[in-house]
Amino acid sequence: MTTAVQSRPGFDVRKVREDFPILKTQVHGKPLVYLDNAATTQKPRPVIDAILRYYEGQNSNIHRGVHHLSEVATRAYETARVKVQRFLNAADPREIIFTRGATESINLVAHSFVRPGLKAGDEVLITHMEHHSNIVPWQLLRDEKGLVLKVAPIDDRGDLILEEFEKLISPRTKLIAVTHVSNALGTVVPVKKIIAMARARSIPVLLDGAQAVPHVAVDVRELDCDFYAFSGHKLYCPTGIGVLYGKTALLEAMPPYQGGGDMILSVTFEKTKFNHLPYKFEAGTPHIEGVIGLGAGLDYVTSIGLGAIAAHEHDVLEHGTKVLTAVPGLRIIGTAREKAGVLSFDLEGVHPHDIGTILDQEGIAIRTGHHCAQPVMDRFNVPATARASLAMYNTNEELDALAAGLRKVAEVFRA
Amino acid sequence: MHELGDLYQEIILDHYKKPRNAGLIEQPTCSAQGDNPLCGDKIAVTLKMKGDAVEDIRWKGAGCAISTASASLMSEAIKGKSKAEITALFDRFHAMVTGKGPSEGLEKLEVFSGVSEYPVRVKCASLAWHTMKAALEGQKDVISTE
Repeated sequence: MTTAVQSRPGFDVRKVREDFPILKTQVHGKPLVYLDNAATTQKPRPVIDAILRYYEGQNSNIHRGVHHLSEVATRAYETARVKVQRFLNAADPREIIFTRGATESINLVAHSFVRPGLKAGDEVLITHMEHHSNIVPWQLLRDEKGLVLKVAPIDDRGDLILEEFEKLISPRTKLIAVTHVSNALGTVVPVKKIIAMARARSIPVLLDGAQAVPHVAVDVRELDCDFYAFSGHKLYCPTGIGVLYGKTALLEAMPPYQGGGDMILSVTFEKTKFNHLPYKFEAGTPHIEGVIGLGAGLDYVTSIGLGAIAAHEHDVLEHGTKVLTAVPGLRIIGTAREKAGVLSFDLEGVHPHDIGTILDQEGIAIRTGHHCAQPVMDRFNVPATARASLAMYNTNEELDALAAGLRKVAEVFRA
Repeated sequence: MHELGDLYQEIILDHYKKPRNAGLIEQPTCSAQGDNPLCGDKIAVTLKMKGDAVEDIRWKGAGCAISTASASLMSEAIKGKSKAEITALFDRFHAMVTGKGPSEGLEKLEVFSGVSEYPVRVKCASLAWHTMKAALEGQKDVISTE
């Protein structure tokens, strides 16, 4: 069963697993099988070490102090920004804004890009498979300013219906905001085609890459998207740190998102002069250790190689699809032509929460519920699904353990 | 840690597969809606009162085994009881599933004692009870476990 894993040159999953200390954990006396990576990934040793190193030898506030530690911390912080720039192949480190996560990145675009000058009836176009974080910010603008939220449909496999998507683009479309990879279904969205449609009509595009960056190499210049949002913690990096990439010209023209320290050049009670990019959007003391951990995580991911990671995960996804489909009564939800990292499913006659509790007793961690994508659940007419989601350290044997656990669930309920 | 069998006991599975008192009373004396946003469980409880006592109860909902069996067993447990008796039973049930009280004397409801070992599932076991209590007390808002 593991030959496919071993046959990928240059990628040794056993060796990768050694880099993640938590994977040695026992849960209820069983080895941990962690399949909740779309919620958050585990952290490799280099990320943990970088944070430790920061607090043991570098901790200081950045951008202000003239003392040694402040310079060390500032350098580490800004070096991480350049790492993100290279990771996304952005043109300039000033295009990299640190946020709390993809959610805040999207809210920043809503507040500082879409909101100013928005007129009632202006539209934002999304898809039916967005995470709540790419739905609710637009609804807030709908309630406040009369924005119209348009939603492009998906088919029964979980693929975006591109013809319908294109029909929903109108002269009032202010922004196209779509997920790059669906967190609930695993669908890889054809963002290049979407961006081509948008370019032809001069409409800016925001991509929610929270679920994409761990599985797909992203090149923002090749994509030619205007904004790209992602979270560190789904990419083996710390929680509480995320990124908004934006094209310089757009970011320059946007008003700040929050006011405070670091985002100003000068302040009097009469007038404040805002700082340059990217600091204009980074008010207050930032999540310094998060940024440094993010830089270390990107180094780690790059050293393994996203190509090798994607190929390995593809093997495990295929194997998982095969062994899960063989479980009686199991239905895979989300069978898009191109998928990454996610196996959503339901089991006849068993609520996903019961599946989750029983699997937990086997040491298997999956997510059950609506995955912050309730419209997707409605589309497939289920209240919730069970979801196994993959990372670079998962193995075919773990998917075999999941399938065996699911047979046990079926036994408990059908006895 | 309890063994799995303690949570998914035969009686729970039986009430999950064959829920008792399912449905809705057409002209209830009082009713309430309950919502567990965590797992998308929803329940409606309708009561027919005779004086101070619950003469009939019907409920409708879709949820996990724990929440469905809890609604089903609750409907059997409270039928014919007075408001004061039901409130006392609610308090004892709630104490048991949150691990703050004993299970002794709760009869069939004792099968839910294992729930206290699963903190995230306590809401599943208590949703029907909170909703029923809201109906009894005439609360208008949807009851949420969040």
